[in-house]
Amino acid sequence: MIEIRRTFTHVEDIHHEFGPPPAQPLRRGAIGAVLANPYAGRYVQDILPMMEALQPVGLAMARQLLAAMEVPVERIATYGKGAIVGAAGELEHGALWHVPGGYAMRELLGWKGDRAAYASGTVVDKKGQPGNGLSIVPSTKKVGPPGAALDVPLTNINASYVRGQFDAIEVRVPGAPASDEVVFILAMTTGYRVHDRVGGLRAENIAQWDGLR
Amino acid sequence: MSANIRKIVVQVDEVRIEMGQPVNPPTRRALAMAVIANPYAGRYSENLDELIAIGEELGSLLGQKCVQALGIAPGAAQSYGKAAIVGEAGELEHAAAILHPKLGAPLRQAVEKGAALVPSAKKQGGLGAAIDVPLGHKDAAFVRSHFDAMEARVADAPRANEIVVAVVVTDSGRPLPRIGGLQAHEIQGTDGLR
Repeated sequence: MIEIRRTFTHVEDIHHEFGPPPAQPLRRGAIGAVLANPYAGRYVQDILPMMEALQPVGLAMARQLLAAMEVPVERIATYGKGAIVGAAGELEHGALWHVPGGYAMRELLGWKGDRAAYASGTVVDKKGQPGNGLSIVPSTKKVGPPGAALDVPLTNINASYVRGQFDAIEVRVPGAPASDEVVFILAMTTGYRVHDRVGGLRAENIAQWDGLR
Repeated sequence: MSANIRKIVVQVDEVRIEMGQPVNPPTRRALAMAVIANPYAGRYSENLDELIAIGEELGSLLGQKCVQALGIAPGAAQSYGKAAIVGEAGELEHAAAILHPKLGAPLRQAVEKGAALVPSAKKQGGLGAAIDVPLGHKDAAFVRSHFDAMEARVADAPRANEIVVAVVVTDSGRPLPRIGGLQAHEIQGTDGLR
């Protein structure tokens, strides 16, 4: 079911955007993996086997992206994910990425949640910071032609409301997706927009550890 | 004077399967781009020395970024190319000043050797403009399996007074080369052609 045809990594350092350069540039990275779409060209009711099969793909992509970014995992401050489905597929095929894409980066970042409790919907009462990767991984998806660009939203890994880190990165793989392919995307950055100055919650003030604030 | 760099972008494109056929080892192309301020934006300058110096600086920086992204020894690089996109307040000659006089020598140092001409492309363009960076074997321009190109583009550049400078280095040719011609293992590698 899994046929990875191509991988594409993108890493950028933003030194300034015509304002005072920060001591350390903002590093942003994204990876697009071009996979064959096993459901292209027809309607398939049960597509969940693909979601399961994508789990190891997501983890491998997250590791490849972190390696390309050449930063320790502790410096990853924001994340996002997305999918571009080729023309013979449907948007729902891109939705297959929600669980494995999000899980992959959380796992990499040291998510310490109780998986059984998470699955059964029970609440575990914990004090302090329960690991990393607490916030929802923001995402976008679309059906598009080869070379289509996707703006992948980015937010803090532990608290979605960290305003200075709201961002998006444009990701595209030249030549992909072909009609029978899907480009699955992960993105991570080291922090704040390069000249962030519109206030709001700062990462050092995260207090509730509920994924939001 | 050294370049005022706003942004550095590095991409690696790895092809594992093409038309259902495994590509073994996968082909890998690395692209490094710098977004820089154009010191001659908005005026005519007869002398372009600042850009020539910036070209020398970027030949080294971008060449090394590519080799590092591929994770290879410099000598394992196989093909290369270069390109520039000049924002609308500049002129095409500004791209030429960066690319041609002095960028080549440090780039060749970064990939060890490089007897062949570094193929190039240049244009003027706006934000997100794409340029196809031509690629050729670094030691023998006639190696047919390594004729290729890689698309280079920065979503928010070049602004009017900026230039996007791109260098591509690969450790491979096209994914499934099968149209004959001079093969990489047949080259002399001395005259830059064969």
